[in-house]
Amino acid sequence: MSIAWYLAVSALIFAIGAGGVMVKRNPLVILLCLELMLNAANLALIAFSRMHGTDDGQVFALIVMVVAACEVTVGLGIIVAMYRRRVPVDVDELRELQG
Amino acid sequence: MTSVKTFAWLTLLFPLAGCIVNALGYRVLRGKLPGYVGTGVLFASFVSAVLMLFALQDLGEEERHVRAVAWDYMSTVGFDGELALLIDPLSTFMTVTITGVSALIHLYSVAYMGGDRGYARFFSYLNFFVFSMLLLILAGNFLFLIVGWAFVGAASYLLISFWFRRDTATAAGIKAFVINVLGDVGLVLGTFFIFKGTGTLDYLATFEKAGEIAQGDVTAGCILLLVGAFAKSAQIPLHTWLADAMEGPTPVSALIHAATMVTAGVYLIARMWPLFEQSSSAAAVGAIVGCLTLFVSATIGLVVTDLKRIIAYSTMSQIGYMIMAVSSGAYVAGIFHFYTHAFFKALLFMAAGSVIAAMAGVQDIDKMRGFRGAMPFTFGCFVVGGLSLAGVPPFAGFFSKDEVLAYVADRGDWHVALVVVGYVTAFITALYTFRLIFRVFFGEPSPEARELEEGHLHHADVPRNPVTGDEEDTDVGFPGPEHHIAEREGPMKVAMGLLALAAIVAGWLQIPNVTHALEEFLHPTFAESRYFEELHPSDGLTFGGMAIGALAAIGGIALAYLIWMRRPEIAVRMRERFRPLHTLFVNKWYADEALDRLFVRPAQWFGRFAQQTFERIVVDGLFVGGPAGLVRAGSAAVRSRQSGFLRAYAALMLLGLAGVVLWLLLSS
Repeated sequence: MSIAWYLAVSALIFAIGAGGVMVKRNPLVILLCLELMLNAANLALIAFSRMHGTDDGQVFALIVMVVAACEVTVGLGIIVAMYRRRVPVDVDELRELQG
Repeated sequence: MTSVKTFAWLTLLFPLAGCIVNALGYRVLRGKLPGYVGTGVLFASFVSAVLMLFALQDLGEEERHVRAVAWDYMSTVGFDGELALLIDPLSTFMTVTITGVSALIHLYSVAYMGGDRGYARFFSYLNFFVFSMLLLILAGNFLFLIVGWAFVGAASYLLISFWFRRDTATAAGIKAFVINVLGDVGLVLGTFFIFKGTGTLDYLATFEKAGEIAQGDVTAGCILLLVGAFAKSAQIPLHTWLADAMEGPTPVSALIHAATMVTAGVYLIARMWPLFEQSSSAAAVGAIVGCLTLFVSATIGLVVTDLKRIIAYSTMSQIGYMIMAVSSGAYVAGIFHFYTHAFFKALLFMAAGSVIAAMAGVQDIDKMRGFRGAMPFTFGCFVVGGLSLAGVPPFAGFFSKDEVLAYVADRGDWHVALVVVGYVTAFITALYTFRLIFRVFFGEPSPEARELEEGHLHHADVPRNPVTGDEEDTDVGFPGPEHHIAEREGPMKVAMGLLALAAIVAGWLQIPNVTHALEEFLHPTFAESRYFEELHPSDGLTFGGMAIGALAAIGGIALAYLIWMRRPEIAVRMRERFRPLHTLFVNKWYADEALDRLFVRPAQWFGRFAQQTFERIVVDGLFVGGPAGLVRAGSAAVRSRQSGFLRAYAALMLLGLAGVVLWLLLSS
């Protein structure tokens, strides 16, 4: 099977994730979409790894998963804290850092 | 040779040791011990100085220029800074006089400062002062002259501001220090000019090459040295600090005004005679300024009413005589006057201190009367000092003052005018000295004098500043509640008694046609001087001058007796008649105001300009404000892009990423 298919799927998932990040207002969903983007990248890495016949890409994919896990931990923690403090869970409302 | 050097170092180091012991051991040294330590080292220093004098006399006349080098301080190409002393008759004579008088002043202070809470600190400063002065005198090159010169200025600041609770005292200390630093700058710059021509800092080498310096350089150098001398010796126009320096304790006034500090300028000119003889214009400046000062300060002394300030102005006046003498080539006469003046002026200050103590700190002579009966010893000392200051034969001041005037007159030309002013001032000197004596000691006793006659020393209910009259803080740094008068304190009595004796006999060292002890002694120092060889007043000039001097002194005393004893209304009438003159004198010829207008205010104006205009507009506006404004404007532009919408940021990021990817694809 040609690598192009793998890349096409990867690009599709990445586009869905990116679209979700831009469109959604709930931070939980944005986090999910981020995961989609990361995993799209993982798919591309592994596909290329298969194509070249080396393990480098797979190692990268593993590292990305670790990073993703960390990121989710932190992100979910923040979201839970927002719930607890009764801050509106809506990224459009959270704009205190504007210039 | 070696013994001379040893004694010189010992003389110098004893006061330093005393200073360090008192400074570090103030917790351990109890009671009067710091005073006795301070006095003891000074007496040791005096003994060592006398031994140095004897050892120097044992050398041949040609060898009496001993250089004692401890080590090379900095030695590099064309520069020879050594820690060196020069021991010759001039420096030895000054050293002996200074250590002797200073030792007695220390002894006086043991009792006089007895009630002060800064007792150890006082003696530490006092010892440091004497050490600095000895360093100045004994220094063998310009480098250590400058060091000693600056040390003396610093020590005078410490001592004048000794009672630091008094704002007036700290202000006076700052004033003295600032003016002295002005003199330091003059001295340093003058040294540069001399060094430029000779390439050496050492005195003896400099003097040998004095003739090789370019005329312009030697004149500029000497004038700048004179600036230093004028600042230290309180000559016009740098004299205003001296009267304010009376804010210090009385022994300090005695120390600064009698033997040390103010005579540094006299010493400097006498020491630098080979340079001043190369530059007649610089010497003329010195002589004229000295003459001006001796007259102006005598007129001020005639009208001010602060006991210590009157004596301070008389000091300025007498220093004027010395400066005039040494600038006119009458070196021996100038040094002779320094020597007699040291005794009678220290005596006058001590006696004044005793009177001020009896008045519980008040210094205004308008409030003093009739202390003669209450304080016979002080009165006697004051009269002896006064007669010597006025120049009544056979007291010390008579011989020295008349020698100064005779030698200056022998220069001829315009120097004769200086001598005329000198004699007029001698008359005024007698007048103001005895004005002081008649007003303080004669007449109906004041309440304080009455109290003392009944055996009780007056104490003020509330401590007040003698100048401003404000109530004072009585913490450390303020004269203690106790006062000490000479009649009741042994050390004060001994010190004053010895000085009174010296004020009578000191002048007999050099009586025309009888003895020339001092001239012979100083011969090795001035042997090659043109004026030292040339100036020999004829008998007519000498004895005529003496007659005029004696008449001026006695006439002044008689007039003072008439005005302030017989018919006090004359003084009032004179004051009314010569109102403008009186105002001029009371305001010290407006010297403070003139300096204020000429230097202080322009400096303040410039400071304000620098701060308000230059700093605000150029520095703050241009250098600081310019870049800051740029950054601020730039950041304002960028900041408006920060909307806070997370999704917008994400979109922008993606857009940017897409752009980068697109660019990479297209360019590959």
